[in-house]
Amino acid sequence: MQYLVSVIDDTAGLATPEEDAAIDVFNDRLRAEGHWVFAGGLGSPGTATVIDSRGGEAVFTDGPFVESKEYLAGFWIIEAADLDVALKLAAAGSKACHRKVEVRPFL
Amino acid sequence: MVASLTRRFGDLDVAEEAAAEAFATAVERWPADGVPPNPGAWLTTTANRTAIDRIRRENKRGDKQKAAQLVYDDDPPEPAGVIDDERLRLIFTCCHPALAMETRVALTLRMVGGLTVPEIARALLVQETAMGRRITRAKAKIKAARIPYRVPSAEDLPARVCGVLVVLYLVFNEGYLATGPGTDPVRHDLTAEAIRLTRLIRALMPEDGEVAGLLALMLLIEARRAARVSASGELVTLDEQDRGAWDAALIAEGHQLVRERLAAGVAPGRYQILAAINAVHTCARDVRDTDWSQVVALYDQLVRLDPSPIIVLNRAIAVAELDGPEVALAAVDRLADKLAGYHAYHAARADLLRRLGRSHRSRAAYDKAIELAGNTAETAYLTRRRDQLGLVPPGRDPTSAG
Repeated sequence: MQYLVSVIDDTAGLATPEEDAAIDVFNDRLRAEGHWVFAGGLGSPGTATVIDSRGGEAVFTDGPFVESKEYLAGFWIIEAADLDVALKLAAAGSKACHRKVEVRPFL
Repeated sequence: MVASLTRRFGDLDVAEEAAAEAFATAVERWPADGVPPNPGAWLTTTANRTAIDRIRRENKRGDKQKAAQLVYDDDPPEPAGVIDDERLRLIFTCCHPALAMETRVALTLRMVGGLTVPEIARALLVQETAMGRRITRAKAKIKAARIPYRVPSAEDLPARVCGVLVVLYLVFNEGYLATGPGTDPVRHDLTAEAIRLTRLIRALMPEDGEVAGLLALMLLIEARRAARVSASGELVTLDEQDRGAWDAALIAEGHQLVRERLAAGVAPGRYQILAAINAVHTCARDVRDTDWSQVVALYDQLVRLDPSPIIVLNRAIAVAELDGPEVALAAVDRLADKLAGYHAYHAARADLLRRLGRSHRSRAAYDKAIELAGNTAETAYLTRRRDQLGLVPPGRDPTSAG
């Protein structure tokens, strides 16, 4: 079972060197314990472009699709047997990156 | 044989299957082991065991389980049977921290307690359709997010049990003092279910002080149930209750648990302290015989653990018995900001003002308490008390002069 662990941020700052180091340790643990699928940090919401092709032609719009105080700063995709395992890992991830995280199952 | 099994277990499928399995076992064993002295009795015993095993395997409430429980009680005691394990797993799933607290309570009542959606909606003061949706959503989340169906590992158990106890205490409280005006003032079904489930948790964790504490607390409150509501449907306060109507067996069991925790010599948590407070009350022959200094000392201990305004309010009510209503009122009045919307705050003020002879202010506080109280028995009690204030001759109220 795979879960998306979204990192939710409400500050403009990037991760500090200490946070980066803690994230590295956490990622090593994910790999060692077989939970690692993928992870990445994202550029700020200001770097986003929204594309809508529903009308046939692609329409490009500058900026994030929703303006909000909180935004997605990065994510992990983890492999976990069940939600208890995923929540434990997410709790450790939140501590490592020093940000709020959200856990959602993949269908 | 099938008929006797059906009578015993109340289920034809179980009976047929058990009988067939017993014959199959006989065919397999008798040629090697020899035919037993009483083949008929052997078959019946084997079939009974098979049926009990099968019922234990199934996690279904109702007749089958009740029947199994009856049979189960005759068996040598086992620490945790299969049925209990199933129920425990269910409790831990329903009380999972990934679910909202209200959802945990609702789901526990539905899945573990077997209450209907309309019953739960009424108990929790939620629209029936909204309650139905909430339970459906919770089940969908359990499935999609894969909330595990198991008793947590030993390492996680203490933290998870805390969450379960909160849910069970909420269920119990809803039964003990139903919040809705449309329900019975005391919902025995809910208090009984909460006690039953707490007993299950205790079987799982007999060494856990807070589990024992919560069970003791529930038993000591439940023991007073018959005396708590008058024949006319009015709440009877502790000082006016007929103590002869209290359930001596439940009190004895509650006291035993409290003594057990005292002997353990471990610093008690909130449920153990609340149980101890109730043990003091249930030890006393009447309200004057109550060891109020002990009650206040226990509340002091509780406030240090959890300084929430409701606990401070209850401490003040005990202080009134020890140091008088004037001291207590000063303490209660300090809670005005935090508890202005809580009926018990106004009821406590009303009572203290009444005892101080300040009838006008007391009346206003009773009015506010009646407006906020939902429980029918409590509303009836408060209304009578307020209306009795009118019997005091005008001019006797020192505050009415200005």
